[in-house]
Amino acid sequence: MKWPAMGYARVDSLDGLWRALDAAGPEAQILAGGQSLLATLSFRLSEPSGLIDITRIASLKGIGVTEAALRIGALTRHADLARDPLVARHAPLLAQAAPLIAHPAIRNRGTIGGSLALADPAAELPACVVALGATIVLASRSGERRVAASDFFKGLFTTDLEPGEIVVAVEVPVATAASRQTIVEVTRRSGDYAMAGLAAVLSIQADGGVADCRLVFFGVGSGAEIAQAASAALIGQQLSDASIAAAKAALADDLDPPSDLHGGPELKRHLAGVLLARALRPFLARSEQAA
Amino acid sequence: MNRRIDVSLTVNGEKVSRSVDTRTHLIDFLRSELGLTGAHTACEHGVCGACTVRVDGDAVRGCLVMAASLDGAVVETIEGLSDTGEIRDLQAAFVARNASQCGYCTPGMLVSAADILKHAPNASRDDIREHISGNYCRCTGYQAIVDAIDDVLKARRESEAA
Ligand SMILES: Cc1cc2nc3c(=O)[nH]c(=O)nc-3n(C[C@H](O)[C@H](O)[C@H](O)COP(=O)(O)OP(=O)(O)OC[C@H]3O[C@@H](n4cnc5c(N)ncnc54)[C@H](O)[C@@H]3O)c2cc1C
Ligand code: FES
Ligand code: FES
Repeated sequence: MKWPAMGYARVDSLDGLWRALDAAGPEAQILAGGQSLLATLSFRLSEPSGLIDITRIASLKGIGVTEAALRIGALTRHADLARDPLVARHAPLLAQAAPLIAHPAIRNRGTIGGSLALADPAAELPACVVALGATIVLASRSGERRVAASDFFKGLFTTDLEPGEIVVAVEVPVATAASRQTIVEVTRRSGDYAMAGLAAVLSIQADGGVADCRLVFFGVGSGAEIAQAASAALIGQQLSDASIAAAKAALADDLDPPSDLHGGPELKRHLAGVLLARALRPFLARSEQAA
Repeated sequence: MNRRIDVSLTVNGEKVSRSVDTRTHLIDFLRSELGLTGAHTACEHGVCGACTVRVDGDAVRGCLVMAASLDGAVVETIEGLSDTGEIRDLQAAFVARNASQCGYCTPGMLVSAADILKHAPNASRDDIREHISGNYCRCTGYQAIVDAIDDVLKARRESEAA
């Protein structure tokens, strides 16, 4: 379908954005990559009075690193995440996740800020930033506010964003030598949203002991689902086939998947278990992997 | 907020300035305003790839780009790619392999394939399949398309090595 009639304004600074938001009123929406928003307009799922294009705001762009954190501007495209050397080094999970999102032409426009603001329950990046223990940096005309990723997502397509507030950046703690990061998912066709997926961030000591672990599922609930019990089953243990099996068993307490167009809760539970083993086995000591 | 906006952009090397309705996506703009009918619309919501064109050097879904947002942009369509000769060998391979039947998907498919030639000269057949997985073809069954792209990658690698 063709898009509805709507207004359009382009801003090139945050001050310009606050002014445009005031002038446009509450029905206006922010346009970033447009890869979700413009598609929903085609379905006439939303009819904003107007779109305010933020893609020319320079302060929302760029990737930089400080001692403790990698700062990724909200306008960073999925394609940039996939090839940026700083991301590959300091947050390899995001570099691995990006090629799983949609198709190349969509990754050339879709942004991390848009994906986080949308909070699709089957999207990769919300789960990744929760697994990484990232901080979401928000701004409104009254200033900046920082929220832990795990507090930012509130449920199905719902976040902590207030009206008039935007995502400006994501700050990710930089990976250490002990950190292991991976993302796995099951899709019916390449590029589809996941039927089920898992973003895993572990800290594994030289002796194979798991010092820290955050397993975050997507596509199996209302958003990024932290598997507390499964993660707890691994922390303090040696990573082994036995501890992975224990984590898998603990998943029963973590997940309560709703039915969706792919199938019922049992299918999702099964996939989650398969993904857990698929994600963690590559981190086993070589001797165990061969077994 | 404005429902029409002035944009000046470069399309296939030529500067164009127009006042556009904000509800116009890039493909309708190219087809209706500029008479460039190579890029097609089909699904108009981002899933089929028939509308794939280049904006600022990158392949994008033309149906998910507002024409109004393109002030200052550089757009290349299949017409432009044909004129520059950048993908002449690819087009010849599509003919040789019968990789185009009804032709509806072909312009978008070629723009996606050009991306592989540009960014992944060592792509395997699996890589090619993955890369064009967002471009639907209802006629060919894809095999001939993969063959054509693979042929060109190989030929370009050989001429590179020679
Ligand atoms: C065919 C297809 C397949 C896809 N498959 C996947 C997939 O497998 N996995 C996946 O994760 N995504 C997928 N996507 C969605 C894609 O990743 C989008 O790019 C992303 O979800 C939204 O980013 P955007 O920059 O395009 O945001 P937009 O579409 O511009 O905006 C999305 C929403 O976020 C708001 N918004 C945008 N930026 C900000 C900001 N900085 N602060 C506050 N609010 C903001 C907008 O107002 C809007 O409500 C797919 C899209 C298509 C068309
Ligand atoms: S018409 Fe754009 S993807 Fe189908
Ligand atoms: S040749 Fe007919 S859709 Fe591809």
